[in-house]
Amino acid sequence: MSATEQFIQQLIFGLSNGMIIALIALGYSMVYGIVDLINFAHGDLFMLGTFLALTLVGLVLGLLGVNPQHITPLATFLGILVMLVVCPPFCAGLNWSIDRLAYRRLRNAPKLAPLVAAIGVSFILMNLGQFWGGLPMDVFGQGKAAAAPKNFPDLVPATNLLTKIGLTSNIRFTWKDLMVWSVTLPLLVLLTVVVKFTRLGKAMRATAQNPVAARLMGIDTERVIGSTFLIGGGLAGFASVIYSLYNNTIYFQLGYRSGMDAFTAAVLGGIGNLPGAALGGIVIGLVRAMSDQYVATIWTNTIVFGILVLILVFRPSGLLGARAREKV
Amino acid sequence: MDVLCVENLHAGYGPIEVLKGISLVVRQGEIVTIIGANGAGKTTTLMCISGIVRAREGSIVFQGRQIENLPAHQVVRLGICQSPEGRKIFPRLTVQENLEMGGYAVASPAAVKSGIERAFELFPILKDRRNQAGGTLSGGEQQMLAVARAMMGQPKLLLLDEPSLGLAPLIVVKIFEAIRKLNAEGIAVLLVEQNARMALKLAHRGYVMETGSIVMSDKAEVLLNDQRVKDAYLGK
Ligand SMILES: Nc1ncnc2c1ncn2[C@@H]1O[C@H](COP(=O)(O)OP(=O)(O)OP(=O)(O)O)[C@@H](O)[C@H]1O
Ligand SMILES: [Mg+2]
Repeated sequence: MSATEQFIQQLIFGLSNGMIIALIALGYSMVYGIVDLINFAHGDLFMLGTFLALTLVGLVLGLLGVNPQHITPLATFLGILVMLVVCPPFCAGLNWSIDRLAYRRLRNAPKLAPLVAAIGVSFILMNLGQFWGGLPMDVFGQGKAAAAPKNFPDLVPATNLLTKIGLTSNIRFTWKDLMVWSVTLPLLVLLTVVVKFTRLGKAMRATAQNPVAARLMGIDTERVIGSTFLIGGGLAGFASVIYSLYNNTIYFQLGYRSGMDAFTAAVLGGIGNLPGAALGGIVIGLVRAMSDQYVATIWTNTIVFGILVLILVFRPSGLLGARAREKV
Repeated sequence: MDVLCVENLHAGYGPIEVLKGISLVVRQGEIVTIIGANGAGKTTTLMCISGIVRAREGSIVFQGRQIENLPAHQVVRLGICQSPEGRKIFPRLTVQENLEMGGYAVASPAAVKSGIERAFELFPILKDRRNQAGGTLSGGEQQMLAVARAMMGQPKLLLLDEPSLGLAPLIVVKIFEAIRKLNAEGIAVLLVEQNARMALKLAHRGYVMETGSIVMSDKAEVLLNDQRVKDAYLGK
């Protein structure tokens, strides 16, 4: 593999992982934008999504009598379909419920209160994940080692599509990459359209920019906030499905790991800024891939969190921080 | 007929009681003004009517319906719209989108569209700025937008909190003209103003508020010529 090929390969890697980070980062950013809360439980919500995804795949494989080592096209099709139908609504509903039960009653409390609540919810979800990993199912290794990483059946083949279309190079762009891109890109477009042009999207922006004025306009801001948690959770649900299919390993601290990446991405893009969060996710994905290749994997986390610290110190409003400032 | 009838209203923030049992009415077709010193509780009164600040005691009746402590978004749907103190424009929504938000509670999209056309007739400058972010407008333009935005909700009662604050005299005249025009179309107006002279000239009746209580109420021209009002609020 030539140096150029290696570089392009890392670009593809970075983009695919970055898109997954972007979907999670959007959930941080949307919620922060509208209720000024860093929802530390968001990464763990994503983690629970991956556990649900694995459970669903286990059920589908069991139902079809398919061995996880020898996946059939039908198992792939049904598995992905079921996950995409079930996981996003599950994460959306869970996120909405968490807001309803824990954050909503703290809406007018000092900012530290909901933040601490979010950390608490994060622990609860993480422990739920650990418990879930101990379920006596085949896909969870019969639950013998609850905390151990779980193998996610390889539903999407890693066949190189570039050689299939006749390109002869060492660069690999597989079904997995295609799957990630073809789930993420439409979602990003859809979200942009919703936020920019729909009545709900405008109400979300209005509520984020001035909640009292939004209420004076007749906007039921609590409902709008609930919808924001729904949408952010749904995106985390999609992320959980494609992450599992792309990386094939999940574990109960995954939310913390991916959550920190996504949070960094959201801050990088200017927290509260949605295009910024998407862009930040892709940048973090690329930085990770390049650092893994050209520095050393053990330095990657240091580099990512170094970036977080640098932004917070030198440019707290992020790369695309809010542009038009309020006039008083 | 009374459009709005507030009786013995108490409200405050935390341990502080700001409104100590105020009563006031706005009748059909009237412009009523509340004047008073800084911190008297005028803004609190309007926010209480709009459902943003909780009423601790007393009643607010709008068109025969008890509305105290109704959620704010439902108050708007009954026909009470407010242009709040400090304008509270959505800074990163365009002028057009700000107006659309004003019509959020209006069911028919056609009505929202014609409302926007009307707003542009009332304040033509807004039409030139329609695709500009609200936060980039000048103070006066923002104030026009705030009044126009409140109009978008098709109010039966319009609450205006210091619409002339910080504006050049020419623009104040423009905004007051607009208020008179709206009132002539049958919208009742409750106007809070620092500029007591102009407010009393525009209004039919006025209330004078001092530290959370109404201390005087009369026809506007009577208040304009009252020695105590002259000394305290009209200057010169
Ligand atoms: N959010 C709040 N929290 C605590 N106290 C408040 C709050 N808002 C207003 N107050 C207090 O309530 C009192 C009345 O305030 P309000 O804004 O109603 O006065 P106002 O008559 O509108 O004054 P101004 O003419 O300066 O606008 C003031 O003493 C103010 O300090
Ligand atoms: Mg005031």
